[in-house]
Amino acid sequence: MRYLFRPPATEAAGLLSLPWHQPLEEWDESLLLEVPQRGISRHVVRFTVSEGRVYALKEIAEPLARHEYALLAEFEGEGLPSVSVLGICVDRPDDQQAILVTRYLEYSMSYRYLFSGPRAADDPMKLLDTLVELLVRLHLAGVYWGDCSLSNTLFRLDAGTFTAYLVDAETAERHPTLSARKRAYDVDLARERVGAELMDLQSGELLAPEIDPIEIADSLPVRYEALWEEVTREEVFRADEQAIRVAERLQRINDLGFDVGEIELVTSGDGARLRVETRVAEPGQHRRELVRLTGLEVQENQAQRLLNDLWSYRAYLEQRSGRPVPETVAGHRWLTEVYLPVVGAVPDELAGRLEPAEVFHEVLEHRWFLSEGAGFDVGTWAAVRSYVQNVLPRMPVQLTTPSVMAHRSDPR
Amino acid sequence: MASIEMKNIVKKYGDGFPAVNDVSLDIDEGEFMILVGPSGCGKSTLLRMIVGLEDITSGDMVIGGTRVNDKAPRERNLSMVFQNYALYPHLSVFENIAFPLRLAKVEDAEVQRRVNEAADVLELHEHLERKPANLSGGQRQRVAMGRAIVRQAEAFLFDEPLSNLDAKLRGQMRTEISRLQRRLGITTVYVTHDQTEAMTLGDRVCVLRKGKIQQVASPRELYEQPVNLFVAGFIGSPPMNFLPAQLEGSRLTTPFGDIELDERRAAAVAGRDLLLVGIRPEYFEDASLVDEAKRPLGSVFTARVDVTEWLGDSQFAYIPYEAPDEIRTQLRELSKELDSEELRTQAIVSIDATSRIREGRDAEFWLDSRKVHVFDPTTGDNLTRDAEAGAELTRLAAEDRVDQVQSAEGEGISAA
Repeated sequence: MRYLFRPPATEAAGLLSLPWHQPLEEWDESLLLEVPQRGISRHVVRFTVSEGRVYALKEIAEPLARHEYALLAEFEGEGLPSVSVLGICVDRPDDQQAILVTRYLEYSMSYRYLFSGPRAADDPMKLLDTLVELLVRLHLAGVYWGDCSLSNTLFRLDAGTFTAYLVDAETAERHPTLSARKRAYDVDLARERVGAELMDLQSGELLAPEIDPIEIADSLPVRYEALWEEVTREEVFRADEQAIRVAERLQRINDLGFDVGEIELVTSGDGARLRVETRVAEPGQHRRELVRLTGLEVQENQAQRLLNDLWSYRAYLEQRSGRPVPETVAGHRWLTEVYLPVVGAVPDELAGRLEPAEVFHEVLEHRWFLSEGAGFDVGTWAAVRSYVQNVLPRMPVQLTTPSVMAHRSDPR
Repeated sequence: MASIEMKNIVKKYGDGFPAVNDVSLDIDEGEFMILVGPSGCGKSTLLRMIVGLEDITSGDMVIGGTRVNDKAPRERNLSMVFQNYALYPHLSVFENIAFPLRLAKVEDAEVQRRVNEAADVLELHEHLERKPANLSGGQRQRVAMGRAIVRQAEAFLFDEPLSNLDAKLRGQMRTEISRLQRRLGITTVYVTHDQTEAMTLGDRVCVLRKGKIQQVASPRELYEQPVNLFVAGFIGSPPMNFLPAQLEGSRLTTPFGDIELDERRAAAVAGRDLLLVGIRPEYFEDASLVDEAKRPLGSVFTARVDVTEWLGDSQFAYIPYEAPDEIRTQLRELSKELDSEELRTQAIVSIDATSRIREGRDAEFWLDSRKVHVFDPTTGDNLTRDAEAGAELTRLAAEDRVDQVQSAEGEGISAA
């Protein structure tokens, strides 16, 4: 047998002792972790834990495994929202298929939960939009997915909004740029798959009754076209409105969650033509800033939220001491005096249902909500107590992220 | 259902490299056409141009009489079968087949009619109301076919559909696809790199090499009357043996003795010097087992056997031979291009399973010289190809197909 993995993959060492020579279906249950709420797969997929981390194992033909391994590694390097690949195991005995190993995307939710859970009916179109955004991002990067579906996507909460991640790149292809034909075909496939997946949920009485599968599926191409147009269209305008129009356009693209890499402005006597090159990767300035100040690794919107709280804490510290507080000091103090106590207030039995940064975001939301009702600022600690008692328990236990479940059953 | 005509199709990528180079190919209504060749030959690109996934640089793609170059994939009404098919666990088998129609808001009565018809052909009727969880591997694939059928597509397209299945299911599916294609009589284009799949499935096979068509013919014509070294080497397993030969009059001198050419073939090769003789493994036999009546139709030679392989019902002997450097180079290049293991200068010879020929000893072999082909070692052209005999083989295959389609139609639903 042969194992291929990309550094840093020291974690892979712990996985080497698994019985790779056996078919996944025959692996002893004690080695595996039950992960509920999965999408539909054509392959045998199993989950396992090693040193506190959860991995997804997929049995798949070797050429496909090699292809997917290489592509996922590329995507990760470029900051495309996709699962992170650890490696592959090939040349297994008796002509068995290869196994692709990916790191489990913690705190992710499958469409099954999102379209059937308590929050489902909130706004199904919003969920669809996150999928559309992912598809547009991939297309901008020259990636033809070939199998865009809800099953092949995982969703994560990011300060109250969702981010979609690609989890299956088996049929994906990389091109320098993607032709309109390939994009259209990809969107057609996506429409059909999403429609079928929602009809499937409906048939299993798992879909919120207000949701119409066909309506959602049919709106996918429309929403895709609208977003694609927004982030790629060329604009022509008069020279005197140039400055304002460029600023508006950039703001609009940022609001949609995209970053602009380069702007090309061609002026002539009649006016200016603006072409923007939209970046593939998510904007990450807040995320990087938060890592620098606190070492916390969270998603972009969460980082923005946390940074705002950090800055207001710094202002509070400066006001109290009457002198300036350096930002690194503020970062450290906010982490130990605010952030960690807040997320640490979650009792063990509720841990793992939401990512800590998302808990922090929800506590801030809750504080605002309570303060509105009370007519004065109730403060963070009252908000935390109320949140843990009244709000967090409403998150279903099935959402508990696998690494926390694994830790519970084997707390070493 | 529609015919597909390709006229001088060219596909060039950004770097100007022609992935498909001046391909003209007519696929008849109801025909099963295979596109085959080693990786990089352009077969998948060609299929994707039919589907509409790739822009066509120049030439015409005509489906059902309409030029479709500028039509989007959806407007072409073709069906890529098995592509990323998924079975939905809560939907009945019926709805698993019907959902593309539901999404297209087809009326329920029409959905019922089309799905029931498809289920008849696919023999899925008794499963229609069940959930797909307990379907066998083959039945699952049939559900995927069913989706394609109910769309009433103009043609079915397959892109290496079996390459990622295990050997057993692959064999099953090959039979299944072939049977269904006959029953449905739907125009089908099937891409594969596997010559066995090509030979067993297709009415006609189009062999591609570096973006160009080499030969389009029935499997038998490809086998018996290949146009060049490439086709001769690609089709057949074990592959055709290529021996160096020196021409003197109508006699070829080879490492395995002299071969006398008939008048037609002698005329075709006249005036040349160094040649390559192509001999299929089954044109050889253990000389001691050849009928006296047959003997004079071939030549007998003695050679030392390196290895024998006894497989129960058949037996192969490996006989090394000497070849000049230029021939070795030519053969090495050919095998590289065919993605095959190096064609060593060793002949693979099929002998009767009862033969007592043993390894490491000299043995007498008989060679049926009636069917050998002679190739130009430089251009690779088959100098002795009998175009008329070839065309006749393809014509016979077309007749067989019409027969089979008719008898499938008469067979009805109950056939197992």
